[in-house]
Amino acid sequence: MSDTNGTARIGVYVCHCGTNIAGTVDVKAVADFAAGLQGVAVAREYKYMCSDPGQELINSDVREHKLNRIVVCSCSPLLHEHTFREAVEKSGLNPYFMHMVNIREHDSWVHSDRKADATNKAKDLVRAAVRRVRYHKPLEKGHVSIDPNVLVVGGGIAGIHAALTMANAGKHVYLVERDATIGGHMAKFDKTFPTLDCAACILTPKMTSVKAHPNITLWTLSEVTAVEGYVGNYEVTVTRHPRYVNEDLCAGCMQCVEACVYKQPRFDDEFNVGLGKRKPVYIPFPQAVPQIVRIDPETCIEFKKGTCKKTCVEACGDRHAIDFKQQDEVVKVKVGNVVLATGFQTFDPNRLPYYGYGSYPNIYTSLEVERLVNASGPTGGDVLLRDGTHPKSVGIIHCVGSRDENTNKWCSRVCCMYSLKLAHLIQEHTEAEIFNFYIDMRTPGKGFEEFYQRMLKEGVHFIRGRVAEVTDWALDKSEEGKLVIRVEDTLSAFVRRIPVDMVVLSVGMEPHKDAVEVRRLFNISCGSEGFFTERHPKLAPVSTFTDGVFLAGCCQGPKDIPDTVAQAGAAASEVLASIDAGSIEIEPNTAYVVEDACSGCRTCIGLCPYHAISFAEETKKAAVNPVLCKGCGTCVAGCPSGSLRQNLFEDEQIFEEIEGVLDYA
Amino acid sequence: MPEEKFEPKIVAFFCNWCTYMAADSAGISRMKYAPNARVVRLMCSGRLDPQFVLEAFAKGADGVLIGGCHPGDCHYQEGNYKTLRRVNLLKRVLREMGIEEDRFRLEWISAAEADRLRTTMNDMVEKVRALGPLRLATAEAVGEEVAVR
Repeated sequence: MSDTNGTARIGVYVCHCGTNIAGTVDVKAVADFAAGLQGVAVAREYKYMCSDPGQELINSDVREHKLNRIVVCSCSPLLHEHTFREAVEKSGLNPYFMHMVNIREHDSWVHSDRKADATNKAKDLVRAAVRRVRYHKPLEKGHVSIDPNVLVVGGGIAGIHAALTMANAGKHVYLVERDATIGGHMAKFDKTFPTLDCAACILTPKMTSVKAHPNITLWTLSEVTAVEGYVGNYEVTVTRHPRYVNEDLCAGCMQCVEACVYKQPRFDDEFNVGLGKRKPVYIPFPQAVPQIVRIDPETCIEFKKGTCKKTCVEACGDRHAIDFKQQDEVVKVKVGNVVLATGFQTFDPNRLPYYGYGSYPNIYTSLEVERLVNASGPTGGDVLLRDGTHPKSVGIIHCVGSRDENTNKWCSRVCCMYSLKLAHLIQEHTEAEIFNFYIDMRTPGKGFEEFYQRMLKEGVHFIRGRVAEVTDWALDKSEEGKLVIRVEDTLSAFVRRIPVDMVVLSVGMEPHKDAVEVRRLFNISCGSEGFFTERHPKLAPVSTFTDGVFLAGCCQGPKDIPDTVAQAGAAASEVLASIDAGSIEIEPNTAYVVEDACSGCRTCIGLCPYHAISFAEETKKAAVNPVLCKGCGTCVAGCPSGSLRQNLFEDEQIFEEIEGVLDYA
Repeated sequence: MPEEKFEPKIVAFFCNWCTYMAADSAGISRMKYAPNARVVRLMCSGRLDPQFVLEAFAKGADGVLIGGCHPGDCHYQEGNYKTLRRVNLLKRVLREMGIEEDRFRLEWISAAEADRLRTTMNDMVEKVRALGPLRLATAEAVGEEVAVR
């Protein structure tokens, strides 16, 4: 099987990774041990194998010592396998003649308390790799072509920016949005920190461009329901939910909304987070894109009882845009790459009953206050309590559902800054006295700290301490009819009671509750908190472990608008780079059939979820299509005659590895 | 009786996308766990040929741990279901061979579950330590037989 049996000349390289590995594992002992293994021609340790001089070490040794196999003991192959394969290729060897041993993530980092054991573990793993690598075969990388069309999932600022960037570069983009309009959370914000420019003024022109762009197909009220294929060649199924208004016929005149049998709006308006009302036939907000009305079947009389006078249809007249019989429509598109920009949801403060949200009427979430201070909001920009009066004092509680062991442990990154912004806006609108209750002020960003200083000068109060509770239980006259915030002021070290008229809960960001479905659809992973995992936290922040699927915005983790836009641009340029390259290399770790041994039993065919194995009638043998095969090896393990094999995971290689780790003689 | 200083030798087969990544993530979080396991990386737990397990026991492993993605989360759609099927059958074979149940374990550990990886590793080592070294009466003979390939 092996073409080096007896003649293997293996080079082993043990990386210090600074002190990351060498601080725990005795790298010299490991290299010395490796030097004594059968077939090893040279074994070295070096500070940073991934650096240029480290890679050059391999290069010169291959020439000088006529090496034909390489073992690199360093970090996880998920991090640097590609780097070292390239280095090996540059030295003139087949890149697949290299095997990596993970002695950092799987060894030095987790056993730093047991150095001798860690060194022994490294030796066992090296021995296994040295035995395995002898059986490595030369392999050729496969190539697949890239379909230039792109799918963007989510029409918030991240999806909008990514879609426009790619469309401007001449690529066709399918933008899929679940709501009736694009715009996402940003469309609901009043002003943006720290510059206080109006969110709508910077966002709505971009929304309009999306609709007008000849290279963008915009599908609202739509969801991705199936994804098939592989990088460069995805086939995506999109289910378009009925709007009950024909998008091609509606002109957005809104006469139907006027004519609705409900004379007054009376249903909770989602865009104004329940603070305003709308009719069953409505446009989410005046600048919505597309500018097309929607009929909500949950509230429309015609859908509930079938007895409505349908004054909306009358008002629409000859356009005939209203269609109560619309059904889900399923469309399939072929795309080469996908950008996921599915965003976040805000923390539900009902989970923290001691803050009284839902019990006391004048407690609002920060998102609700965004709508209250907004000129196009339900109060026309007037910050009003539920009884219609203006608050004279307002408490803003930071870190609601952030930095909390009981709810979400992470910092949501934006709440400190938007709390400062809301403090400024509420003060501007009402001249109320504002109290901020914070754990730490976190203002890292361009112009952020300056904004904080400005708020200090504007007379906003800052009290350091996590609020214990919000209550209406008055202890004296000054507290009567007020909401009392109980907090330990940790700077002056006593417990305070601050009576206010209005409380704002600065709710954090968390993953959508159905983010897990998206994760499964696109075959990517997420961290324990549920945000999607990037390929590398520093070096591949918008890529995922699934080739051709990229991330933008808060679906990857909490971030502010500038960071979201930067990430969306990065994701777009990754996609553009892949399209311009025209093709992408794919791993050759596919399955193949040894025809002589195949009995034609067809066991493997049912095992393959990708229909990559077919039965060749003329030869009565199985045949693997390497383009469809994704290299899981399930068929290989299931083949009763051993005639199915997997490149890079051949039985011999794995058996050598097993024996290698166990052979302590 | 287990010897006092017995350190069991565990061979672990981890799928690339979930459990191997969980182990990477445990490293990144600098978690500490028992150093007994030696990981063999497979692309999918579905690649696990039952022979690998038999080979490991025959060549001196005291325990074998398989790690894959949770049901429904397989990177290759359904490889882990095939693993489950094979593992259930294999467990019966191992029982016939006199290999205690705690020596062979299949765990679903997602990339997000570094802590679960840590506890599984520690728990497995403790259980196998309590069982003591695997003494297959005819380890060599069995090894010859099952290692036919």
